[in-house]
Amino acid sequence: MRIFVPQDAAALALGADALAHAVTKEAGRRGVDITLVRNGSRGMFWLEPLIEIETETGRIGFGPCTLADIPALFDAATHPKALGLVDEIPFLARQQRLTFVRCGVIDPLDLNAYIKHGGYAGLERAKTLGPAGICAEVKASGLRGRGGAGFPTGIKFETVRTAQADQKYIVCNADEGDSGTFADRLIMEADPFCLIEGMTIAGLAVGATRGYIYARSEYPHAIVKLNAAIGLAKAAGLLDGFALEVRVGAGAYVCGEETALLDSLEGKRGQVRAKPPIPAIVGLFGKPTIVNNTISLATIPYILSHGAQAYADYGMGRSRGTMPVQLAGNVKHGGLFETAFGITLGELVNEVGGGTATGRPVRAVQAGGPLGAYFPPSLFDTPYDYEAFAARDGLIGHGGLVVFDDTVDMARMARFAMEFCAHESCGKCTPCRIGSTRGTEVLDRIIAGEDVAKNLGLVTDLCETMKFGSLCALGGFTPYPVMSAIKHYPEDFQNPLPLAAE
Amino acid sequence: MPNTWNDAVAQNIVDQYIGLEGPMLPVLHAIQAEFGYISDDAMRLVARRLNVTRAEVYGVVSFYHDFRREPAGRHQLKICRAEACQAMGGEAHAAALLERLGLDWGGTTPDGRLTVEPIYCLGLCACAPSAMLDGAPHARLDAQALENLAMAAA
Repeated sequence: MRIFVPQDAAALALGADALAHAVTKEAGRRGVDITLVRNGSRGMFWLEPLIEIETETGRIGFGPCTLADIPALFDAATHPKALGLVDEIPFLARQQRLTFVRCGVIDPLDLNAYIKHGGYAGLERAKTLGPAGICAEVKASGLRGRGGAGFPTGIKFETVRTAQADQKYIVCNADEGDSGTFADRLIMEADPFCLIEGMTIAGLAVGATRGYIYARSEYPHAIVKLNAAIGLAKAAGLLDGFALEVRVGAGAYVCGEETALLDSLEGKRGQVRAKPPIPAIVGLFGKPTIVNNTISLATIPYILSHGAQAYADYGMGRSRGTMPVQLAGNVKHGGLFETAFGITLGELVNEVGGGTATGRPVRAVQAGGPLGAYFPPSLFDTPYDYEAFAARDGLIGHGGLVVFDDTVDMARMARFAMEFCAHESCGKCTPCRIGSTRGTEVLDRIIAGEDVAKNLGLVTDLCETMKFGSLCALGGFTPYPVMSAIKHYPEDFQNPLPLAAE
Repeated sequence: MPNTWNDAVAQNIVDQYIGLEGPMLPVLHAIQAEFGYISDDAMRLVARRLNVTRAEVYGVVSFYHDFRREPAGRHQLKICRAEACQAMGGEAHAAALLERLGLDWGGTTPDGRLTVEPIYCLGLCACAPSAMLDGAPHARLDAQALENLAMAAA
């Protein structure tokens, strides 16, 4: 009997190790022969720790489990935490899992399981296509950068491929600092070979022999998994001479910006570089470099193994394929929901997410991390699509959705956005370095009720300066949460608060 | 417990990483893992061995939130302050704990037992609020669970 107890950081944070131990002990006590598999999470975090037992009809789930639930697992049939077949849980059944197809299904470090579930078919085909063919395939898939910028991945590949240099690099941006996001973490912890295969294909496509995964230090479990997986892939001869190494960040959010990341990799302060030149021409150590988000690179194997058209068939408009939407914060069914573009924000929050965890009304959803706009329920008809979000002064970013109930104070959230920018600013450009601190102060005055109208005008003007004058998205996008809060929730910026009409 | 400064050990650490492309961050991480913080001695050594100025090393050390220039408490509790954890009431729990301990963010208890620091996102945003104690993640923390976590670290 195979029993699955997840080992990703979220499951561990909820006591999965103790549960795994208890399962083994209980099996021993009963004399039942089991194989314990430490899989990655399925991404249904409200059900974690989610234990699965393999049966003839499929894997059945139990969750969220506590130690008290373990003995009854062996009595099957009627368990209070029984969820039925895991694949039929609506949250999972409704998804289109292309990039995350193996997440939670396999032991992340079982190379045979990876291959059995379709792994390395992409690299096989890539070898037959050659560099120009791979780039054409990625271009035709319509894949755009999943880190947030949405730049066409195939064009970036082609630029680096045609650049002339004695050394080129593939850099994976795994500095997933946005609150409300965990897609990179999940891939790295639950299916690291997928990222490794994607980077190997990218290396082949552009003629790069070295690659770095820049992972944030806040993800120690992902780093361990990646290093182990790289060792296994190398030992199995699957890296094809591609030198791949994990580098660990040091707690600077701004290093998620690609040029700051490159400076950090080079051993400097993580400060943003002025563009041009773009990293595809002058990147790491001055060499042509692909810098792509973890999810973009982890999607390459699917595109190569199934063909560009199979991927492009999903989605809407210029947003092709799927996006791992991450439902987080005050949401009933929080987790990773990979879906074709086009689903509406309201469907995601209310139908998939089930509304708030507290059971109170949803008041705001911050889409796209700390630099993303707050959306009120009146905008829930917005389709999940790069252009549709931009048309409503927002962004999808790296796919995070943080849900807030009606107890949220939006003036405080606007202030937090400025404070966060001040805390994380690299200091290179003035609008971000000074603007964020002044912005925090002005919002403090608004919250205190000082000259509210005048100070709202001032903060609006400051946001314009930051938006158009900053070197990168940190200073440039901080106005999104601030201005969306002011626009959609003006009542929160009036102090004293208007008297309730009771 | 981190070890006290030892020049030979530090030299070995640098030797281990100096062949890498861009060895600065790996060297600093390894030094901090060994000694608990990056001392002036460490910065002097790294500057000399990597052939950069001390100002440059200081610039890097002071830029990144992870690097310490002072020793921390025996245990380190990092509490997430980002939006998803705020949405689940994390700020109030953290404030209550800091008040109970008589600390500000970044402070260490007078007995050197515990340092409490902010962290901006552990990627546990669907089971917020979250924290990390000595590298181990904890999620779905209410005020009591957070306090238990902080008090249990001896």
